[in-house]
Amino acid sequence: MKRRDFIKSTAVFVSGAAVSTSALVMLDPQEVLAENPELRWGFLVDTLKCVGCGMCVKACKLENDIPYDANVTRTWVERYVMTRDGEVFKDCPKGARDGYTSKLIDENASGMKLVSDKDITQAFFVPKLCNHCELPACVQVCPVGATYGTKDGVVLIDRTWCIGCGYCIMACPYGVRFFHPVVHTADKCTLCYHRISNGGNTACAQACPFGARKLANLRDHKDPVTKIIMTQRVGVLRPEYGTKPQCYYIGLNEEVR
Amino acid sequence: MVHGEVWTIKDLFVLPNEYIYWAIQIVLYPYMTGLVAGAFVLSSLYHVFAVEKLKEIARFALVFSFALLPVAMMPLLLHLQQPLRGINVMMTPHFTSAISAFGIVFMTYGCIVASEIWFVYRKFIVQSIHRLGNKQRKGVEGLLLMIYKVISLGAMDLSPEALEADHKATKVLAGIGIPVACFLHGYAGFIFGSVKANALWMTPLMPVIFIMSAIVSGIALCIVCYALFMWLRRWALARGKNYFLPDQLAGTMNLSVEEMHEMHDYETTLTAKYLRIFMILAITLELLDIIFRGYTAVKSWDIVREVIYERDFVKIFVFQYGIGNALPFVMLLLPGLTTRRACLASVLVLFGVFMMRWNVVIGGQSFSLTFDGFMDYVMPIIPHNLETFKEGLGGALLVAATPFVIFYFLNMIFPAFYNDDEAH
Ligand code: SF4
Ligand code: SF4
Repeated sequence: MKRRDFIKSTAVFVSGAAVSTSALVMLDPQEVLAENPELRWGFLVDTLKCVGCGMCVKACKLENDIPYDANVTRTWVERYVMTRDGEVFKDCPKGARDGYTSKLIDENASGMKLVSDKDITQAFFVPKLCNHCELPACVQVCPVGATYGTKDGVVLIDRTWCIGCGYCIMACPYGVRFFHPVVHTADKCTLCYHRISNGGNTACAQACPFGARKLANLRDHKDPVTKIIMTQRVGVLRPEYGTKPQCYYIGLNEEVR
Repeated sequence: MVHGEVWTIKDLFVLPNEYIYWAIQIVLYPYMTGLVAGAFVLSSLYHVFAVEKLKEIARFALVFSFALLPVAMMPLLLHLQQPLRGINVMMTPHFTSAISAFGIVFMTYGCIVASEIWFVYRKFIVQSIHRLGNKQRKGVEGLLLMIYKVISLGAMDLSPEALEADHKATKVLAGIGIPVACFLHGYAGFIFGSVKANALWMTPLMPVIFIMSAIVSGIALCIVCYALFMWLRRWALARGKNYFLPDQLAGTMNLSVEEMHEMHDYETTLTAKYLRIFMILAITLELLDIIFRGYTAVKSWDIVREVIYERDFVKIFVFQYGIGNALPFVMLLLPGLTTRRACLASVLVLFGVFMMRWNVVIGGQSFSLTFDGFMDYVMPIIPHNLETFKEGLGGALLVAATPFVIFYFLNMIFPAFYNDDEAH
């Protein structure tokens, strides 16, 4: 091989490698922030709109390379069924990846449960994901700093530095974290940081046919989603843990934890 | 399969990502750390509080605690999903995390124990250098001489003043060692107690409960092992089975049946007295915790109560409190305590403390964050891959056996059963 060719092919290889890894590497938060200092990502879930189709869960799994059949997921949708005599049934088979198509409620080891239609007083779905907390418990406990918060309000995990101790999994009050079955490090929703930092939407929000999931820039008061958060009655999950979740819900009720 | 899926059985409503992530290795982690801390506290009783009668067992406890030391780290490493990156904790410690400074505390503690052993054995080391230097060396003796030369650090002075200085240093180190040992283990308790997401773990009492039960388990282990080893040594020496006598085998000590001292009943009974005191403290704190939870009955109490009184009833009230606490306590209290009874009681105590760790670590994960479902841990017995080995019975036995292997070799260098009347 001539020297020139060698240099040429090396250059091609290096740039090729750089492109493919840059697709995986997260953007430098400082850079993003420098472009837009008035940025704080938040999320809005309208439970009244959710029908439990599971499109968001599917989209998330595909977008973020979470093995499709693995029993872990970055986002999921819970089903709540309440009866006349005050009982509450909840389930979430496979994170609702395949949508709720059956009336049977999956109670794991206790088997399937059928609640007769006439006993049901309320039934609804609640999508969940990482709350990208303002004071995240997961960041606090990570012994090596592999879990960190970006300046624009997203909590991320450094896959090259996580030692896989699972402390963050224990510490998150929302159970959003798990061990990635392939890379064997802690994993959770990144709010599709690779997409939103480039002007895109999160995969789940984009996939939702009913607009139940929305991304917001909480610092931008003209942002239509932020407007909803500011002007309507919204709630957050488990505020008692003091993590200040930044994922807001419309139509929350007491049974949802 | 996802980590945790193999050994977790879910019941009712459990979030999709919830599994028993912290399995047997994390049960063993506070258990082993506790044994280290407890054994050290026992050895300090003699050095700091000058409980003369505990001299023999204190020396043993010191060396044994050193043998246990590396094993306290082992379960943590075995449990990591990325064990090769374990060193990252030292490179980028993130100090808001309760685990991150563990390495530093652990190292400090290791240094204290090591230097204490050095001061205790300095005279012996120097004498050994002279002894080995003056004779025809065979087998491992050459190696031993080299080891002794290196660890003597050139301090060959055996004048009364120098020995007195050793003695003082031992005392000081043992004195500093007690709070550090307690801190080391209280720290392990803090790792759990500070997890606010876990209703069972989160209590400021956790570090104190852990410290007390650690001392209990450490003392109990020393009683059992000391008696067992003494018995084994006498038996082995009489039959010339030298491989049971590492110090004899290595030529560190030349024993004769007459010289081999006996386990005195007062050693066990006196140690058992301390064991009782710490047991009372440990049980009081644990009960206080349960009573307080029941009395205040915050939102999580419903599920915690169901775990404590129903799902884990046998594990908590029968195994931990009944067989592991009440029974041995009565055994130790009955008059006419013999070594054999003390040993049996100590074995039960060890089991009880193990069950306590189990009930905290596994019990704390056995209910869903939503308080609406349960998880059960089924420990993998027959491993079918590395993970089920590490987080199953195999890994547990490996961790449990390692200190004894280390102790065997450590005994060749620092004979733990060395009987020297002027030594300290
Ligand atoms: S929801 Fe859990 S994982 Fe997400 S930021 Fe909050 S504490 Fe961390
Ligand atoms: S599992 Fe990884 S990200 Fe989570 S606390 Fe441990 S090192 Fe940090």
